[in-house]
Amino acid sequence: MENNGNSIAIRVDDLSFHYGDKNVLQHVTMEIKKGSFLGLVGPNGSGKSTLIKCILGLQKPQQGQVYLFGEKVNKFNDWDKIGYVSQKANSFNTAFPATAFEVVSMGLFGKVGLFRFLKPSDKKKVWDALKSVNMDKSAHQNIGELSGGQQQRIFIARALVSDPELLILDEPTVGVDTESTESFYKMLKDLHHDNNMTLVLVTHDVGVMTSYVTDVACLNKQVHFHGNTKEFEESSSDKMSAFYGHHVHVLHHDHEQK
Amino acid sequence: MSIFEFFQALLQYEFLQKALFTSVVVGIICGIVGCFIILRGMALMGDAISHAVLPGVAISYMLGINFFFGAVLTGVLTAIGIGYVSQNSRIKHDMAIGIMFTSMFAVGIVIITMMKSSADLYHILFGNVLAVRMSDMWITLGIGLLVIGLVVLFYKELLVSTFDPTMAQSYGLPNKWIHYALMAVLTMVTVASLQTVGIVLVVAMLITPAATAYLLTNRLSVMIYLSAIIGVISSVFGLYFSFTYNLASGATIVLVSAFLFALAFFFSPSQGLVWKAHKSRKNRLELMEK
Ligand SMILES: Nc1ncnc2c1ncn2[C@@H]1O[C@H](COP(=O)(O)OP(=O)(O)OP(=O)(O)O)[C@@H](O)[C@H]1O
Ligand SMILES: [Mg+2]
Repeated sequence: MENNGNSIAIRVDDLSFHYGDKNVLQHVTMEIKKGSFLGLVGPNGSGKSTLIKCILGLQKPQQGQVYLFGEKVNKFNDWDKIGYVSQKANSFNTAFPATAFEVVSMGLFGKVGLFRFLKPSDKKKVWDALKSVNMDKSAHQNIGELSGGQQQRIFIARALVSDPELLILDEPTVGVDTESTESFYKMLKDLHHDNNMTLVLVTHDVGVMTSYVTDVACLNKQVHFHGNTKEFEESSSDKMSAFYGHHVHVLHHDHEQK
Repeated sequence: MSIFEFFQALLQYEFLQKALFTSVVVGIICGIVGCFIILRGMALMGDAISHAVLPGVAISYMLGINFFFGAVLTGVLTAIGIGYVSQNSRIKHDMAIGIMFTSMFAVGIVIITMMKSSADLYHILFGNVLAVRMSDMWITLGIGLLVIGLVVLFYKELLVSTFDPTMAQSYGLPNKWIHYALMAVLTMVTVASLQTVGIVLVVAMLITPAATAYLLTNRLSVMIYLSAIIGVISSVFGLYFSFTYNLASGATIVLVSAFLFALAFFFSPSQGLVWKAHKSRKNRLELMEK
């Protein structure tokens, strides 16, 4: 099993992070395989967003290393292989004069290079991304005029438009209604299946998530559990309760049998 | 003097042609750069950097070198200083701006009053577009081409880092460098505008045309063109009033742009107060009829 570095999308190696003297992450080590769909859960303030930021090189850990596709994160260059929807995607400049279509097309800028104009094939990609989040009808509306949930969908479309190999979503469905959330999870599952995309999804939706993801990781400063969904469900009841400090129901949804 | 006579004078006097040309270039670049300044919420920073150029200009005068170099140096140093103070203490960004630029401006005033007549100071502060020399004109044109070139080349980077800095960072865009590059561009625009509007009022040309355009459109690309056009209209008509009534060109240009802003503010089709009031009245009447 040597030289299996190629099958690993993200490797986090003994990573520790603190803000000032507040420890947020301690000795986190994990490997996320290519083609897996990981649900990352943990209580508020457990360091999930911080871990994601370290993975993306947005925060520098005081100790440890992150490797993306086998490359150290500070040397990594292929950023358009990666799509990211941050937790507070709507902390953007709401008064900005841009339409939803333009916002989504920003997701292609990494690929278009120095040339300014989008080719017709690029425009088609933007339309496809808008359709996949059901927002094609609002394409020409100003981004600031959309509702919070609609804006969130636009940011998801922006992350999808460049066909990333790895998609990282930090609580993407906050503010999105239940029905759309479920169809969104289905869409993620399809992306995962059809395009063999690697997905990392941070969520508090433990119950619903387990019927879509392949792996689960529980984080609270340290990694308390990391395994496939089956192992998670077998161990979950008591483990999750201890983990969250109260009882957690892991519901079994049957979304797939229709 | 009628506009017609102004045109005749324009054909006749070379100094007026140079003034017109410089004003047009300044109108365009202030309009373009201003869009990014206001969308990044940096109006105050624009004011600061344009003022902080003064000591650089003064020192360049003293050394007999072109004031372009001194101005860019002190402008960028001030931007770095502001960043340093606000990142390394509990002093907030706007406080740091207020402290740094007024100090720089004061240093500039002291140097200028120590070395020369106050006439120079007056012109640097308030503009004297009718005294534009050939070399100033070329500097302005050079800066204008450079600024337009940079914006065209890095349009996407500017767009993304202005719209959503976090996303820009996750793309590997160097936000910090984009910020400082923009500050450097800002100092260059200030230098280019020195003769036309003067240091004190440059910020008006950066903000007012861009803000006017912002009221008129929902798209950045359109906003940039509109802002440049409004900038040109302001500086051409400002020049006309300055020439006709012998007023400081900076003041007349800024007043024209303020007038255009007021027009957009009240009558813009989508944002204008007049239409909004009209629409809500109409809606109310319709409701009452039902
Ligand atoms: N910029 C910051 N400066 C200082 N402390 C921070 C900062 N950002 C986060 N923290 C602290 O780090 C800890 C982890 O935060 P993080 O955002 O990673 O949690 P999270 O697991 O994403 O929580 P949530 O589920 O609420 O999104 C929290 O205790 C928080 O107070
Ligand atoms: Mg979080």
